[in-house]
Amino acid sequence: MIEYIQNNYSEILTDLGQHIWLALVPVVLGVIFALPVGYLAVRRGWLYQPIVNLGGVLYSIPSLALFLIMPAILGTGTLSPLNIVVSLAVYTFALLTRTVADALLSVQGQATQAAEAMGFRPFRQLLQVELPMALPVMLAGVRVATVANISLVSVGALIGVGGLGALFTRGLQLGFMEPIIVGIVLSVLLAAVCDIAIVLLQRRLTPWDRVATR
Amino acid sequence: MITFDAVTKAFPGGTVAVDNLSIELPTGQITVFVGPSGCGKTTSLRMINRLIEPTSGTISIDGEDVTKQDAAVLRRKIGYVIQHAGLFPHRTVQDNIATVPLLNGVNKKQARENAVELLGRVGLDASMATRYPAQLSGGQQQRVGVARALAADPPVMLMDEPFSAVDPIVRDGLQKEFLRLQAEVGKTIAFVTHDIDEAIKLGDTVAVFREGGHLAQVGTPQELLDDPADDFVADFVGRDRGFRGLSFVTAEGLEVEPVQTYVDGVRGVRLLLDDAGRPRGWTVNGSDDVRAITGTFTKQDSLRLVTDLAISSPAGVAVRVDGDGVADGAATHASIADHLADARRESAG
Amino acid sequence: MITPVPLFNYFGFLLDPANWGWSDGSIPQRLVEHLGYTVLAVLIAAAIALPIGLLIGHTNRGAFLAINIGNAGRALPTFGLLSLMVVLMGTGLVPALIALVVLAVPPILASTYAGIRAVDRSAVDAAVGMGMRPTEVLFRAEVPMALPLIMSGLRSSTLQVCATATVAAYVGLGGLGRFLIDGLARNQYDQVFAGAVLVAALAIALDLAGAGLERAVVSPGVRQRGSARRGRRRGARSTDTSTQEAPTASTAG
Repeated sequence: MIEYIQNNYSEILTDLGQHIWLALVPVVLGVIFALPVGYLAVRRGWLYQPIVNLGGVLYSIPSLALFLIMPAILGTGTLSPLNIVVSLAVYTFALLTRTVADALLSVQGQATQAAEAMGFRPFRQLLQVELPMALPVMLAGVRVATVANISLVSVGALIGVGGLGALFTRGLQLGFMEPIIVGIVLSVLLAAVCDIAIVLLQRRLTPWDRVATR
Repeated sequence: MITFDAVTKAFPGGTVAVDNLSIELPTGQITVFVGPSGCGKTTSLRMINRLIEPTSGTISIDGEDVTKQDAAVLRRKIGYVIQHAGLFPHRTVQDNIATVPLLNGVNKKQARENAVELLGRVGLDASMATRYPAQLSGGQQQRVGVARALAADPPVMLMDEPFSAVDPIVRDGLQKEFLRLQAEVGKTIAFVTHDIDEAIKLGDTVAVFREGGHLAQVGTPQELLDDPADDFVADFVGRDRGFRGLSFVTAEGLEVEPVQTYVDGVRGVRLLLDDAGRPRGWTVNGSDDVRAITGTFTKQDSLRLVTDLAISSPAGVAVRVDGDGVADGAATHASIADHLADARRESAG
Repeated sequence: MITPVPLFNYFGFLLDPANWGWSDGSIPQRLVEHLGYTVLAVLIAAAIALPIGLLIGHTNRGAFLAINIGNAGRALPTFGLLSLMVVLMGTGLVPALIALVVLAVPPILASTYAGIRAVDRSAVDAAVGMGMRPTEVLFRAEVPMALPLIMSGLRSSTLQVCATATVAAYVGLGGLGRFLIDGLARNQYDQVFAGAVLVAALAIALDLAGAGLERAVVSPGVRQRGSARRGRRRGARSTDTSTQEAPTASTAG
């Protein structure tokens, strides 16, 4: 095992690097799109159910299928990394629109009414009152999406762009366990590190939440 | 009768929740366990249906040791009502009420019919039967909780703060109906509350617990108010216990002055009667303004009402009426005080 | 590298009647195969995870286990696990099925545990206090109240298995994934596209079936929340007493 890592560490690092951006760029994209759409679902109540249903449908499409439907939609080649990035962004978006909407709904109450009564205009109230209060729930959604993305990226190896998934195809071709185990361990570790990073970020951003729950 | 004989409950870690408790809960009566939180009143209650097992001592119902019986069978013979009703959200109201009969093997149709009938007895409309608990208000849920406890017609009921989660107005209504219901069914009831007013209102007997699971005093509500055993009970019962004690003395035998005295006028205040002799109101200093009468009392009413009427009337007297509403006397502050003193002497002797 | 093709070409494989008869490798046969793997794996996983989840939830012993298996399951790369099983045991149905089951267990286990734990404790107290025996408490009170979460665990595990079964075509399993893998290998994007659309349709259909099953078995009294939450928001300024009398914290004397 150690020998395998020593002999291949530059390759492994390249795979890891690709894995990281393949997983995390879609998280950022997904968040950017989910925020306004989730907000819209709250402001226009009739949109809530259709948006949630759409998210449910998108989220239920198996990853390999979505990766391979993308070329038909984007006009990309089947082996383009864009297929993976856009697909994972779609998953993140599907998961987070509902989370954003539910998080915003869950903070409606005395504080938002007080803000309204003190004369906040809607946009400022959203930025300064509702978003901060909704942050813990939204970041919990981001954690789930991030971990899911990291585990899904490796499926991309089947179409040539899979980060650590390359270690799995290599292991399969050679019949070796070593690359596969290295890939699994690194993928799980990466998920754990990102998960912890988001938790730490949340603690920085919402100090009041810690005071309240501890 | 439920009998606690030297019952102690110590939790792992050494907290003694109930310490050597001996008390009898008379058949057909409401016994209220009252005290501050952590005094062991709920633990005591929950030992009756063996949700908690005593460390030592015995609890028996009509002479039978509860720990000698199968716990589930025992519990089906004991109605159980808790603070937030604890209704099953996945069952309709009627199926919630039918829970114990169904456990006992009563057929579903019969059990549901009974359930709908019980709804009426707890003051709910039969149309509620097919609703789910989430569709009811807190007060309605609590009524369903009581109906559920009554469903198998158990001789004994345990009630753990059943009315404390609802707002005061709803609570007052629930308490009154509970007393009316108990007058019909005559269950042996153990009732836990932290609210001394509720204890005094509902209890035939009140057991005051203090921290550490000790019994501070057992007695009728009036005994507690008149003669608290120690500072703890006096403090817990509260400052205006003298005034609250008026609730337990009726106006039977209260000396009154003739109505005519007030019709003629006392210190410029005159009582107006209609043609039949029923009180209408007061006039002050010959003014044409009639102040409507705030209320009247009969011999069955409590001294609390009489005192309130006397304080709030411009003449400082409460007007007594007979069964037809005809004024037949007026009670002054002095006569109320005398009557109260007599009553106290009697109950002490 | 396959270059983009005109739109009408995407549907060539899907629209070819020859692919819709019943023969080895036809669309209906692959569909049934895929469905078979999925159902089999979910049933095995449920048989393992439901009892354990119920036990952990009911006794609240081993909660640590349920939560961590749930989290680990989400982080595990599905393709990696599949590859590992194949290298360890060779290709075939059994290694693939083991991988599918291993991936299907965590969602069911975690949500069953969470569902039972989330049950209103006062309702459970009432159940015990009214004389239900432990199994009656579990099956007449806790499970019906936990059912929305248990069902959602079963549904997400079904989706997980359906997706991973597609990937498993890469290591020789049948099912709809074959169209994807074989189409890629032969540079036939219309076959790839057909496979992808069919897999997506199957997954969506399975999820809808799960939603239907959920509606059928879950009592309306505990049905899930999306609409209830919106209802509460709409009713926020009404005088609905049920929300105003909502219970707060419970205390024991």
